[in-house]
Amino acid sequence: MFDTYLIKYGEIGIKGKNRHVFEDALAKQIRLALAKIPGEFTVRHERGRVYVHCEGEWEAGETVDALQHVFGIVGICPVHTYETRDPEALKSDILDYVSREYADRTATFKVKVRRVDKEFPGTSMEIAADLGEVILEHFPNLSVDVHNPDIMFDIEIRDTVYIYSEIIPGPGGMPVGTNGSAMLCLSGGIDSPVAGWMIAKRGVSLDAVYFHAPPYTSERAREKVVDLARAVSAYAGPIRLYVVNFTDIQMAIYDHCPHEELTIIMRRYMMRIAEHFAKERGNLGIVTGESIGQVASQTMQSLMTTNAAVTLPVYRPLIGFDKNEIVEVAEKIGTYETSILPYEDCCTIFVAKHPVTKPVLEIIERSEAKLKGVVEELVEEAIRTVEVVRV
Amino acid sequence: MKEIYFDNASTTKPSQAVLDVMIRTMTEDYGNPSSMHAKGVAAEKYLKNARKVIAGILRVSEKEICFTSGGTESDNWALCGAALAMKRRGGTILTTEMEHPAVSEPLRFLEKNGFTVRKIPVDPEGHLDTGALAELLTDDVILVSVMYVNNEIGSIAPVGQIARMVHTACPHALFHVDAIQAFGKLMIRPKTEGIDLMSVSGHKLHGPKGTGFLYIRDGVRILPLIYGGGQQGGMRSGTENVPGIAGLAEACREAYDHFEEKTAHMAALRDRLEAGLAEMDGVVIHGGEAAQRAPHIVHAAFTGVGSEVLLHTLENDGIYVSAGSACSTHKRLASPTMTAIGAPAEEVSSSVRFSFSELNTEEEVDETLAVLRRVLPLLRRYRSR
Repeated sequence: MFDTYLIKYGEIGIKGKNRHVFEDALAKQIRLALAKIPGEFTVRHERGRVYVHCEGEWEAGETVDALQHVFGIVGICPVHTYETRDPEALKSDILDYVSREYADRTATFKVKVRRVDKEFPGTSMEIAADLGEVILEHFPNLSVDVHNPDIMFDIEIRDTVYIYSEIIPGPGGMPVGTNGSAMLCLSGGIDSPVAGWMIAKRGVSLDAVYFHAPPYTSERAREKVVDLARAVSAYAGPIRLYVVNFTDIQMAIYDHCPHEELTIIMRRYMMRIAEHFAKERGNLGIVTGESIGQVASQTMQSLMTTNAAVTLPVYRPLIGFDKNEIVEVAEKIGTYETSILPYEDCCTIFVAKHPVTKPVLEIIERSEAKLKGVVEELVEEAIRTVEVVRV
Repeated sequence: MKEIYFDNASTTKPSQAVLDVMIRTMTEDYGNPSSMHAKGVAAEKYLKNARKVIAGILRVSEKEICFTSGGTESDNWALCGAALAMKRRGGTILTTEMEHPAVSEPLRFLEKNGFTVRKIPVDPEGHLDTGALAELLTDDVILVSVMYVNNEIGSIAPVGQIARMVHTACPHALFHVDAIQAFGKLMIRPKTEGIDLMSVSGHKLHGPKGTGFLYIRDGVRILPLIYGGGQQGGMRSGTENVPGIAGLAEACREAYDHFEEKTAHMAALRDRLEAGLAEMDGVVIHGGEAAQRAPHIVHAAFTGVGSEVLLHTLENDGIYVSAGSACSTHKRLASPTMTAIGAPAEEVSSSVRFSFSELNTEEEVDETLAVLRRVLPLLRRYRSR
């Protein structure tokens, strides 16, 4: 009967002696993902394979969807299991399987057998040939093509027999938790959730920081960012979202610095505060959704100037992406609809008519010096009054 | 923090009496009004009573009241139901340039389906150009729809005068009035004023959300939009929302109980707020003379201040208002009314609406004025864009 998924994973397989660490992480992430849906699931890994056995109130579509949110999974194969132990019974099993899945299909096929249980009589090749013959006999619409088959019947003979023929793609990447953690700067726009998703895809767990500026930004804008963090966490696992009140710092910058430099100086303070929480959390880097040249604050000069405010590495997974490529991913991972909700975010509130596009670090630092004696206390206050939302 | 709710044109707080009657229809008299047994009869009594109360207020007959799911349904039904019933007579529908989407969107739908929609222009104070209306009233006109009280600026349309013009020039045309902001604030007599169809919503007058009615003058034929079990004489099928209808009727009764006192109170609040605003720099009040506007709405632009920013600033002090325009990060969409009256972009992006109910007080107005005096200089200093 159909009650098991075989999970295929890619890169984990080549990780040498660390392999079990990655496999354990994958199994853990699969358990976490399946804990969110109804049903009882047993996840076991043996000899380079991970199986998810389903019982209870489970539902196939829901289960596959949950598994498609687990990084590290390359393919999800719905598997029929048969408690068969002899070659004759195996023939009726394959017929049962084909009649359930492909009864009226006209297609070519190939049978591939893996005889893990060496007690089972015959070689893999012999068993495959026998089963192919039996299928040809009973299903005249099916014919053999060993080079380019439409359907590949995979049969694994272990303590039970597993038959599968479909591979549903998984998200790829590596299991979250295998590559340290990072602090994501989340703005409410389209880019930053995608950036978070891409870093998490490489096995990095995430925390996030959001700067809000009441009354210039609304409660709804904040709710929107919480929703976005939640959407990213569907892939990346639990996220601690640091909500920082940035209004007073913004006003101090407005009062003391040249207006065309507002955005760049503001971003430097955001980076400093993000770094503070990143260090507190033991994060190994800061993640932003920047891509070269998208806006004035994302020219190479601006990026360099912003970067210079911190010592932690800043990761920008979208750096070479065009906007439409970013949108494509955002739509795929389900953050786009939320991102385009029209609420003000604090980056767009105090924007000069002609912001600098080629800031020079020394000049920016000189402008920032004017904040001395004012801003330190405000930064401290912003850090002290941070609100942490766990999603 | 004390809460000052000045957003009563958006929705109102249901009254205790409304809640009480609604709870009774859900705990004791929960029957289906169509059931033949005593439980059904008990539920049906609430419907009969509701019709009686509302018909009494409007001085119309009970069979002229049809309950709906609210203002939007009433508007949709009146327009689409009338257009479909009248399509053999002609294909032109007249409306104003500053209607609520509950009217302009169904009209857009009708336009896509072959009807012609023409807009009557309004002047900068939101008053309809009756000269233009006279020219638009051609033989092909089957329906005219006008908003009684504008939901944004509170201007009042001369409904009686428009009705006379419509009925004289196009005797077969129907006259629909969107009275969602007017009912409960003005004394309305559909028969005297010459209204054929009139939409009302319950939650604007301390009733429950999801309730409302459409007045359909006896003799007017429109098509139903919702078909089914034949409730409400087949005009609007579906088991009646007994709790909602009972709550709606109670709200209507209360609104017109001590009506003069309550509306005078709201008008006094309006005048007090406007007098205070007049003393401030850079404030523009829309809609012309206060006395010619609805008693419960003040729409003001605060130059140099973003409406959303002002809204959230007031919110910090527990004052709830509505932003004058929808805005987004990348574009500011002017509302239909602001566009129609030709308000400059600067005013559109900086206006908020204050709207009162009889529950508000003079102290609340004074407190709001004090907060405005405190925050406006600050907000103008850090003006956005």
